[in-house]
Amino acid sequence: MTKSNLLLSRRRMIGSLAALSSAVALPMPAWSMGQMGGPVRKGIHELSGAKIDLHIADGRFATGSRSGHAIAVNGTVPGPLIRLKEGEQTILSVHNMLDVDSSVHWHGLLLPFQFDGVPGISFPGIRPGARFDVPLTPRQSGTYWWHSHSGLQEQVGHYGPIIIDPAGPDPMQYDREHIILLSEFTPMHPHAIMKKLKVGEGYFSMQKTSATDDYPLSAEERRMWGRMRMMPTDIADVSAPTYSYLINGHGPDDGLELAYSPGERVRLRIINGSAMTFFNMRLPGLPMTIVQADGQNVQPVEVDELQIGVAETYDVIVTPSAAGAFAIAAESMDRSGMAQAVLTSQPGCKAAFPALRDPPLLSMVDMGHGGMAHDGGSDDAPMDHSKMDHAAMGHAMPDAAPADAHSGHDMAAMDMSGGMDMRDTALLPDTVKTGPGIDMVAMNPQDRTGYPGLGLDAVPHRVLNYRLLKSLAMDHHKRAPDREMELHLTGNMERYMWSFDGRKFSAVGDDPIRFGFDERVRVKLVNDTMMAHPIHLHGMFFELVNGQGHHQPKKHTVIVQPGSSATFDVTTDEPGDWAFHCHLLYHMHAGMMQTVSVAFPEGAS
Amino acid sequence: MRLFAASLAALIAATPALAQDHSQMDHGGHQMPAAPETGPEVDHSMIDHGAMGHGKPASPPNSLTGPPNAADAIWGADAMHPSREALYEEHGDMQIFWFQGDRLEYRARAGDDGYLWDIQGYYGGDLDKFWFKSEGEGSFGEPLESAEVQALYSRAIAPFFDLQAGVRQDLTGPDRSHAVIGVQGLMPYMFEVDAAAFLSDKGDLTARIEAEYDQRISQRLILQPRAEINLSAQEIPLLGIGSGIDNIELGLRLRYEIVPEFAPYVGVEQEWKLGGSRDFARLAGEDPEVTSYVVGLRFWF
Repeated sequence: MTKSNLLLSRRRMIGSLAALSSAVALPMPAWSMGQMGGPVRKGIHELSGAKIDLHIADGRFATGSRSGHAIAVNGTVPGPLIRLKEGEQTILSVHNMLDVDSSVHWHGLLLPFQFDGVPGISFPGIRPGARFDVPLTPRQSGTYWWHSHSGLQEQVGHYGPIIIDPAGPDPMQYDREHIILLSEFTPMHPHAIMKKLKVGEGYFSMQKTSATDDYPLSAEERRMWGRMRMMPTDIADVSAPTYSYLINGHGPDDGLELAYSPGERVRLRIINGSAMTFFNMRLPGLPMTIVQADGQNVQPVEVDELQIGVAETYDVIVTPSAAGAFAIAAESMDRSGMAQAVLTSQPGCKAAFPALRDPPLLSMVDMGHGGMAHDGGSDDAPMDHSKMDHAAMGHAMPDAAPADAHSGHDMAAMDMSGGMDMRDTALLPDTVKTGPGIDMVAMNPQDRTGYPGLGLDAVPHRVLNYRLLKSLAMDHHKRAPDREMELHLTGNMERYMWSFDGRKFSAVGDDPIRFGFDERVRVKLVNDTMMAHPIHLHGMFFELVNGQGHHQPKKHTVIVQPGSSATFDVTTDEPGDWAFHCHLLYHMHAGMMQTVSVAFPEGAS
Repeated sequence: MRLFAASLAALIAATPALAQDHSQMDHGGHQMPAAPETGPEVDHSMIDHGAMGHGKPASPPNSLTGPPNAADAIWGADAMHPSREALYEEHGDMQIFWFQGDRLEYRARAGDDGYLWDIQGYYGGDLDKFWFKSEGEGSFGEPLESAEVQALYSRAIAPFFDLQAGVRQDLTGPDRSHAVIGVQGLMPYMFEVDAAAFLSDKGDLTARIEAEYDQRISQRLILQPRAEINLSAQEIPLLGIGSGIDNIELGLRLRYEIVPEFAPYVGVEQEWKLGGSRDFARLAGEDPEVTSYVVGLRFWF
């Protein structure tokens, strides 16, 4: 700045100010000014440092030939990658530029409950135009994500990844990393989706059984499904073509390319940030070594394909030795569509994507007519059921030892001709409220943590299942559970009602699931529905009871397979109120949610 | 910002203390299930589930009873209350409006061609709904032959069935109002059924049973057989209805769902008047057996 610049005439001053303001205004992105309908760019750019600002605003997103309303954070879908360092404090400053309330939940992060970002449970929400600051000093490392917990905003783009780098050296060596954030885009308003789900059973499926389908179902089996008033194709409530599946905000037509150099160990941080879609993830020709699940390091296990439930994350390492291009193919579980990107050593190099495989079908096992075998495998001490208290929703239950996942697949052993009761409510404990909201009761629910996921039990290559997950670190001081509780996942497909223990959140919000401080609780989730539910506990990791003893993997989200059970142990050492829900967005919205209240420690100051 | 952070820190620090204070006040007799060694030894007879106090004004944060309220100590109960109410309502108490034109059709037949409407809809939640129905038909060039509206309270009584009760008003012929009770839902093998009994203000008891089935030919092409039977407990000469089976209708409609909400169809329907109703029809110079070729539209929103 020269001296003469300070001696401006008034006229020139005004002109300069105008120029200055336009110079400031022009590069200001639309999101920072709260404008409606600005074009949304595709993620993902990285933010780090001691203060991170997130601006939530409306925008217009496009992929392929489709476009529609989106909620973008800092102008992109997905929003920015928040990169933190274990032990270093950051202020996450959230600005709501929408005309409705909003929020950000930090999925999988350990933090004081009041910053967990669930309006009505952890805080009041962020009003339009308001700012909410979250001071966070990470006590963990790994791959996580963030998303809105207000209404159905998550469906329309309000989500993004989080990476927390460890304070010390990372036990997993890698040369390069990429985020693979899976999600969906649809121009349909999420409230319209919810209504269609409520009034039109099977509305979004274009794979229903018909007189001209190719499904390997006998006439007898078709009659059986009809008699039960259920559909064997009821796998994804919402699917393609309503959804375009995205990787990092890029649809199949957007040609996302991720780079590698031959011989590199490439770490893919896979995050399922979708609202409703389980994905079958593979890179044909490239084995994946899983090194982390839900942000927690696991002993490396090599697979060719994995099914990732909504809200789960997996970090895998791939090592492409030669130059070329590999398809990153994430097929929706119902095989109606695929999210696509290319891992390539040269820009523009094309990869061959596998065709969509034939859609899978539900079976009797998915109705809880599971196998006969109930072998052991858990080394946990037997429980003393007399010790269970009221909140345990006490009733005796069989031990949670996993049974062989495949033991139940013998269709011939099932009574297909009728006579069985699909809804024997006498099998339910007293804690479950029976009524029109329950259309099925699993007759013989088995632990199916050894099941790789619908449609992947018969593929000719290696597929992940939960029993292959072993935590990297050994838990030397593993506690036996103080008590057990059993929770039933209940629903009515036809009415699109979803709940825990037959009670929607709207009916039991004031009666939370209670834990004392630092209790050790074994929670058995019994799925009395024919859908797989990804159940997410906020605020605390639980350990999946998968037969791995002192190496039970820690997770924040567990898939409970249809008609089966899954069990976890949790140490309730994070006081406060936490959300606990099915992470299928429209299931949660229909009522499959509860509050978990963890008491504050006595004598704490 | 600094002030905010400081006050926040103070609040956070205060919260557990608050919690402890309250628990000492209100729950001194209870041992909190805290350490693993002592947790299972808690006297659970004192924490009776059934005795849980709901709607207690000020229970301490995360006590063993009452609503969850840990956030109240941080943000204030007044700030939390509306968001909590909204949260509960949003997660399970969604109210839906649905309107369906099940059959809106042109009917080609011997003599004057006719038309028919059959609509229904509801407003409400998962279990309780206000349900309305209307149907009517006529021939072109003649006055409306029959028409009615129903206003019903519909209550889910089973996973696939609603019980419905309310009133029906006839819009043609002699002025008639009816009390209605019926069931509507999905039978095993996926038959949609609507069965109702009507008691008129003249004391006449009638009933109607409708059933239809959707056979998908492809994802969009659907063949729908449909049956309707009308019954009467007594002869109603003024309406030309004999006692017993009044009439039977059998239809077959082939619709194409351009989208599930919008499906044109073609079809055929055969109606038989039986017994006394047949005699009344003949006396009036009407054909008791009518075949209609129909083209119409099924839609909902």
